[in-house]
Amino acid sequence: MSQVPNGQLASGKASSVPPVVVDRVSKIYRVRGPGSGTFTAVDNVSFTIPPGSAIGLVGASGSGKSTLAKMITGSERPTSGSIRFGELAVESLHANGLRKYHSRAQMIFQDPYAALNPLHTVAYTVTRPLQNFLNMSAAGARDRVHELLETVGLTPPGQYAAKLPHQLSGGQRQRVVIARALACDPELLVADEPVSMLDVSLRAGVLRLLADLRANRGLSLLYITHDLLGARVITDEILVLHKGKVVERGPTKYVLQNPKHEYTIQLLDAVATPFAAASR
Amino acid sequence: MTALLDVRGVNVVYEPNRGTRIWSVREVDLALKEGEFVGLVGESGCGKSTLGFALTRMLRAPARLENGVIQFDGVDMASLSGEALRRQRRNGFAIVLQSGMNALNPVRNVEDHFADILKAHARSGEHHPRAAVRRRGTELLGKVRLDPDVLAKFPFELSGGMRQRVSIALVLALEPRMIVFDEPTTALDVIVQKAVMKTIQELQQESGFTAILISHDLGVVLESTNRVMVMYAGRIVEDQPSKELVRGLHHPYTEALLGCYADPRAEEIHLAGIPGSPPDLSLPVSGCAFASRCPLVQDICWKVVPPLAPLGGGLAACHVRAPSDKVPGATAVAAKVAAGKVAQT
Repeated sequence: MSQVPNGQLASGKASSVPPVVVDRVSKIYRVRGPGSGTFTAVDNVSFTIPPGSAIGLVGASGSGKSTLAKMITGSERPTSGSIRFGELAVESLHANGLRKYHSRAQMIFQDPYAALNPLHTVAYTVTRPLQNFLNMSAAGARDRVHELLETVGLTPPGQYAAKLPHQLSGGQRQRVVIARALACDPELLVADEPVSMLDVSLRAGVLRLLADLRANRGLSLLYITHDLLGARVITDEILVLHKGKVVERGPTKYVLQNPKHEYTIQLLDAVATPFAAASR
Repeated sequence: MTALLDVRGVNVVYEPNRGTRIWSVREVDLALKEGEFVGLVGESGCGKSTLGFALTRMLRAPARLENGVIQFDGVDMASLSGEALRRQRRNGFAIVLQSGMNALNPVRNVEDHFADILKAHARSGEHHPRAAVRRRGTELLGKVRLDPDVLAKFPFELSGGMRQRVSIALVLALEPRMIVFDEPTTALDVIVQKAVMKTIQELQQESGFTAILISHDLGVVLESTNRVMVMYAGRIVEDQPSKELVRGLHHPYTEALLGCYADPRAEEIHLAGIPGSPPDLSLPVSGCAFASRCPLVQDICWKVVPPLAPLGGGLAACHVRAPSDKVPGATAVAAKVAAGKVAQT
């Protein structure tokens, strides 16, 4: 699997990609109903995604990792703290500004079975962002759609363009979701558990695709997962979240080889590998 | 010791409309002894869940047992109906479904679920007063490591892992001799998954029921089972003791599955993945279904379906790795490959 060494940028584009700076961000939800009060989903988290790098946000369900992703893509607002994308203050973006931001920052969702409209063909799904963000005509977008499908490994593209989601496997659907995210040539990709719904045998392929995209296009990647193997394969640095707080951070390989926090160790122990099973 | 479950030549066909026939399970033979814990592993669409459904008499149209015999405790399952089938569902065989955590009734609490299942399967003249249901429910929740106060809870008040534990406790209520677990932990978080699998394993050891664990995750299966069957395109292509699966040579598909794993702590990580995709099961497959994705493929693989033949401590269906003496020429091909005389594609 191709791995991009720290700091080395594979394409000229990366130099123009701004860093993402998350500064002391918290998100507190008000809980309604009996026993009402507040729930702190994200607690004073700070980190930076340097241009062209891949950061992993690791934690179990309820650790606040998806809430952070939503705040970084502007679909939730932090209760306090700021999120900057270069000069842009993401937390204060509204309608038009948010729309423009979304042409630069795109999201890949967890469930490829739910993220695609079952009535729309692959070509239509991938054409929409081209029309929305780049003002292409449907006819003009055709070549671009084929190029995108090729990029995500759906070849020959002619064979996939007219298909509906139900005619595709889970791995192929996730590739369509990735093609849609790439359509407007974003500078930042936020991938929220992109492989957890896929068979183990398909995960490697999708992970390799993400690693290649990052290397070839120089885009920044925020990879959210509870799967430490995936994090190891594509990220340079990880942050381990537990109950909304960062409990451990550092270069991915180093943290996984020298876990300090009990929760990181617990996550590592939960990784099911056939080889670990045999050595017991 | 005779087998608790004896399956011979089973084929399951889906016929969604006239002219389309999808051969989801093909010529499966297997025998399980009482108390075995077996894993059934394969990619989505390989027929593993369909086989699990066939083994528990859960197939519904358009799926159909095309031919073959499934004997449970010496009785042909296909012949069961009415009261006899109900009795087998009581303490014969049971299934924990993949979406079991969503199978609970949202407007009834956990105690009601226990009351329902005990009442539905009560023997004639048997009554289950509330106090008895509560006692039994408490005991069963204890088995799946849940507190008795869960009895009063509604499904929405429970986490995914707790709901899956409740559905396991419900299955245990009838003390089945064989339980099929169909991807019981797939929708759960890794740490919760680990805990639920540990509980299943402990229950199996305590109660001694025969268990079949269906999963796409070979890592999870190897951690809990004694024996693993690997399925590909409707067929069982390898059957090995779990301990031996990570050692030595195997079916190339099994090796490819193993190549999808690595220890995240390792110095160097190499994830191979499996290029290509499984064959369309509505089309006839000649020869080995894995041939188009196989690094060891030989001419014979395209023509003759490899039968299960001895390999290591178990069986594999591969002309190259486990040549069968029933297939003329297979041994010679295998010997050539082993000697490196045939170019590997």
